[in-house]
Amino acid sequence: MGLLDYFRGSRTDSAAVAKERLQILVAHERAERNKPDYLPLLQKELLEVIRKYVNVGQDAITVTMEKDDNREVLELNVVLPDAIESRPKRKRG
Amino acid sequence: MARIIVVTSGKGGVGKTTTSAAFATGLALKGFRTAVIDFDVGLRNLDLIMGCERRVVYDFVNVINQEATLNQALIRDKRCDNLFILPASQTRDKESLTKEGVERVLGELGETFDYIVCDSPAGIERGATLAMYFADDAIVVTNPEVSSVRDSDRMLGILASKSRRAEAGGEPIKEYLLLTRYSPQRAKIGEMLSVDDVQEILSLHLLGVIPDSRAVLNASNAGSPVILDEKSDAGRAYDDAVRRYLGEDVPHRFIAAEKKSFISRLFRG
Ligand SMILES: Nc1ncnc2c1ncn2[C@@H]1O[C@H](COP(=O)(O)OP(=O)(O)OP(=O)(O)O)[C@@H](O)[C@H]1O
Ligand SMILES: [Mg+2]
Repeated sequence: MGLLDYFRGSRTDSAAVAKERLQILVAHERAERNKPDYLPLLQKELLEVIRKYVNVGQDAITVTMEKDDNREVLELNVVLPDAIESRPKRKRG
Repeated sequence: MARIIVVTSGKGGVGKTTTSAAFATGLALKGFRTAVIDFDVGLRNLDLIMGCERRVVYDFVNVINQEATLNQALIRDKRCDNLFILPASQTRDKESLTKEGVERVLGELGETFDYIVCDSPAGIERGATLAMYFADDAIVVTNPEVSSVRDSDRMLGILASKSRRAEAGGEPIKEYLLLTRYSPQRAKIGEMLSVDDVQEILSLHLLGVIPDSRAVLNASNAGSPVILDEKSDAGRAYDDAVRRYLGEDVPHRFIAAEKKSFISRLFRG
């Protein structure tokens, strides 16, 4: 960096920002494309089972797969309807 | 059996054709019988960069459609005996490439060549996916810039899932990172992603770093692959990359910012 830049204070380090954004984005996109292809079917079948017991909508359930260095986590989120306040709203498993 | 190398990137204009021309020429100069194919059907450019645009009679699509033989369509390079160019068609579109056709042409070339370099078009359409489908090795050309890095990562996903090797389930395609249009000075002041940054994000084997260089434009003006400009930084960087690809242990150059005189530092940074 030149002396004039120094006085102008022009050091940007926008590259650090770029790197951080890319790391997050790339990790996310890799996780998306490495999703096992049985996830949609699993989601559909789980929804069918749950609907035998509780009246939930089509999008009441989300199934995600996350991977870090040494384990994979299958996360299942079910949002139950408001009518049954007494029961737990969310189940995680 | 030839080894098939795809030069790919996802993002356009990052230096695939420049790299295909330089790399193929480099392999041929090392004594390997090499063919370089332009997969950018409809927008051919490799012929210009190789300086053989006036010798194009038949093209890749003609060979696929069996309107011409491979021997009629291949153009022998004037500077280098081992080097042949298969130009793309200028008048058809990428849909004229068929998987069976490409496979047949690559198979036929494979009988007499050592290396086949496939210059991929940008994007993830037919031309690009067919250029990589039959590859053994992939050179992922990346610029130190957010959208290029992201697109490179997407291409890695496609290489790992939609290629002959991926479908056969054997040894995967070997992937190499070639970082091009790099400016060590700008990386040093934090204005551009550094080699290490890109490496960290993509975690690929680094084949080389090609500096952003005026030699590249000079070379394309003249229709002579930049690797033939042996005195230029970009030419030497490409030669290093070819030698690394062939297994030589060549230290990386053009990564560190040059030391500048006090006066130039004062005024230009
Ligand atoms: N190392 C470099 N230094 C300076 N300019 C470069 C360098 N590499 C490529 N260029 C320039 O960038 C432009 C695009 O290069 P090139 O045609 O090789 O990219 P491409 O990836 O093949 O593009 P497309 O996606 O359109 O096929 C050209 O003008 C070329 O001269
Ligand atoms: Mg090109």
